[in-house]
Parts: sequence; structure tokens; C-alpha cells
Amino acid sequence: MKAPAFAYAKPATLAGAFELLANPDAKVLAGGQSLIPSLNMRLSSPELLVDITGLPGLSEIKVLNDRVRVGALVTHSRLEQSPEIRKHVPLLAQAVPHVAHAAIRNRGTIGGSLALADPAAEYPACAVALNATLVISGKGGERRVTAEKFFKGLFETDLKAGELLIAVELPIAARSDRSVFLELTRRHGDYAIIGLAAHNERFAYLGAGDRPVLFSFQKDLQKAKEALKTGLKPPSDLYNSSATKLYLAGVLLERAWNTTTT
Amino acid sequence: MEHDYDITLTVNGTAVSRRVPARQHLVDFLRDDLELTGSHAGCEHGVCGACTVRVNGEIVRGCLMLAVQANGCRVDTIEGLSDSKELAGLQKAFHERNALQCGFCTPGMLLAAQDLISKPGKPGTVPTREEIRSHISGNFCRCTGYQAIVDAIEEVIHGKG
Repeated sequence: MKAPAFAYAKPATLAGAFELLANPDAKVLAGGQSLIPSLNMRLSSPELLVDITGLPGLSEIKVLNDRVRVGALVTHSRLEQSPEIRKHVPLLAQAVPHVAHAAIRNRGTIGGSLALADPAAEYPACAVALNATLVISGKGGERRVTAEKFFKGLFETDLKAGELLIAVELPIAARSDRSVFLELTRRHGDYAIIGLAAHNERFAYLGAGDRPVLFSFQKDLQKAKEALKTGLKPPSDLYNSSATKLYLAGVLLERAWNTTTT
Repeated sequence: MEHDYDITLTVNGTAVSRRVPARQHLVDFLRDDLELTGSHAGCEHGVCGACTVRVNGEIVRGCLMLAVQANGCRVDTIEGLSDSKELAGLQKAFHERNALQCGFCTPGMLLAAQDLISKPGKPGTVPTREEIRSHISGNFCRCTGYQAIVDAIEEVIHGKG
């Protein structure tokens, strides 16, 4: 299908973007790899698209003291090729190849994926497992919020009307840290049936609820499996029942376990 | 109400200026306005890969990018890459291996395959069949069952195409 009519603007400054985003029927366009399909299918009909790809300073990967700051406009492909990400945020480096397909990774952005908050997406679960901090900018200035507080529900985040997610800060992995990213799909790059982003004792499941579902598992696999059984209620989809997904969540837990605990 | 914008871009090496509605995606612009009908509009939500084109040297979904976003960009389509002979080896291998039947997916498939072939991989290695499959996983083919496509790409990678 074809998208409904809308206006388009590409501001060159953050102030210009906030002015445009004061329109309640405006939507933010970054890589567009989720927004444009939803426009084409007419699931969304904004009055105005505010293309933020012209904003300066949002495309950088910066290594700070104890964390890596990734600008919202950094694409999946750039993350995939980044030596800094491979070295300092191995969980994210493992997750990137699972995001869609090469042609989509060339345009989709980390900020777009986090701000959309699709519960089946890879980065929200990684951000929660890593206890990442999201940097949000608005007319009133900048604020920071932890990933756990940022994701509030199905496609729902802590972002207020008119605000922009401008960066995510990911802690630098220490030598003793252990990260594993696993997901099960029917075809490489498709949405996960279920997936797991694990960093040390923090296990965040994707595709398992209305947002990333976080568990803290100490060194007892049996107890962890029990906790999963009572604590995880994954929604069924067209192909997989809730029980199947719960079983598969246990499979991923066991696969991840040896890496995270040794 | 239509919202139209002026864009200038380079398509297959030629500078092009047009006025386009904001809602028009790149592949419709290429097909309808420039009559470059080699790129196909299939699913129009980023699943099938038939609309794959190159923007600033990187493959993208032509249906998931607005024409207005391509303002100032360099766009290459199957037409340009065929004329420049960049795809000649792949096209020959696809032909000889029966790696196409109806041809709907072929332009996108060739661009995805060339993307793998032209990018530097791990030093001293060539892509495995598994890696070829993974790289074309975003391109649907409903005729061949992929086997012949992977064969053809592998042949070119090993320098026999």
C-alpha cells in the first residue's frame, strides 16, 4: 500500500526540531525502518514527519571513562563495524547481526529502535540487561533515565510529547563480565520467537512480554529455571503458543548459563 | 492535501531534479517518475527485498526510504549497475545456474549479492554458503528455492563467474 499524505521537514538544529515537534500530530523520522512500513500500511497517519537525520552530533560513538555513548542516529551497520562496540559492549556487538537484514541495518538506527520500544526488538533487552542510561532532550533541557524505567509497556516509553532520545550510554564491560545474546527465529533477521540478552546475573528476555522482561539469576540453574516458570508469561503469536515460548526461554537460559557463570 | 518538495539527486551517475510528494517512497519515484522499472515494488513494508537499491554505496530498501530523504544522495539501480558491467559476473552466473525463473526478485538479489562480494570480509577468508544465505536472507525468491542462487554467488566469489 501507499502511505497517506503528510508534510516533511528536516531541521538543522535541535531547537528547530523541538519547535516542529510541538505539533501533536508530528512524528519523528530517523532511519524510518519501522515508521515507513507502518505509514505504508496506513497504521499511522501523522500530519508531519520531522526528519532528525540532519541534526548535528547525534551520529557519534564516543568512549568515555566508564561507558560508551552512542548517538541516537548511529545505524545498526555502524554498530556492527565498530571496533569500540566490539571491545567495550560485547553484548550489543553480539545482538546487532540479529537485527533484520543488511539493507535495513544500513538505515535503521539505535535511537529509533529504543524509542519505538518494540518488545520483540533486540536493543531494548540489551539496554535493560546492561543497565544502560538513555539521554533525552527536550525544550527544557536534558534528562537521563535508566533503561528499566524507560520502557513502560508495548511501544510505550518514558519519552514525553516533544522530547527526543538523543543518545544511549552503555557501561564498558570489565574483563570479568560475561555477555551472551541469543535468539530463536524462523528465518535469520526475522522477529524473534523469543530472545535473551544476558549480562552477568542480569537476564533480559525479548519477545516475552510487553517490554523487556528482566530476571536476576544467581548461581543456581535449577532455581533460575523455577523462577522463569513462575515469572515469565510470554504472549502467544500466530505460530507459537505461550507454553512453547516459555519452554524455549528455558532452552536459551541453559545455553546462556555456562557462559555467564564461568 | 499533497505536500510536495524539490529534490536533487544523482541517479546512476546522472543529476536529476524533480518535485515529489513527501509520501512517495524511493522505488516509486525511480519507477514512476524516472521510468527505471528494474527495481520492483513488492511487499512495500520491507520484507521481500525486491526494491533493493544502492544509496551512497550502501544497499537499502527502496520502499522504506522516502524519495525526499534521497535529496542530495547518490542512487544506483540495477539499470546503472548493469550498464557499468559491475554485475556482469553475477548476471552470467545467475543465467548459467538457472538462479532465476520469473525474475521479480533478481534485481534486488543481485544487489544484495554484490554487496556481499564487494565488501571486505574477514582477512584471508571468503564467505561460506552459510554467510551467503545469511546475507541474502532479506531477499525473497519464490521460484528457485535459493539453492541455485547460492551456487551462482559462490561461483563468483571463488572467481569462476
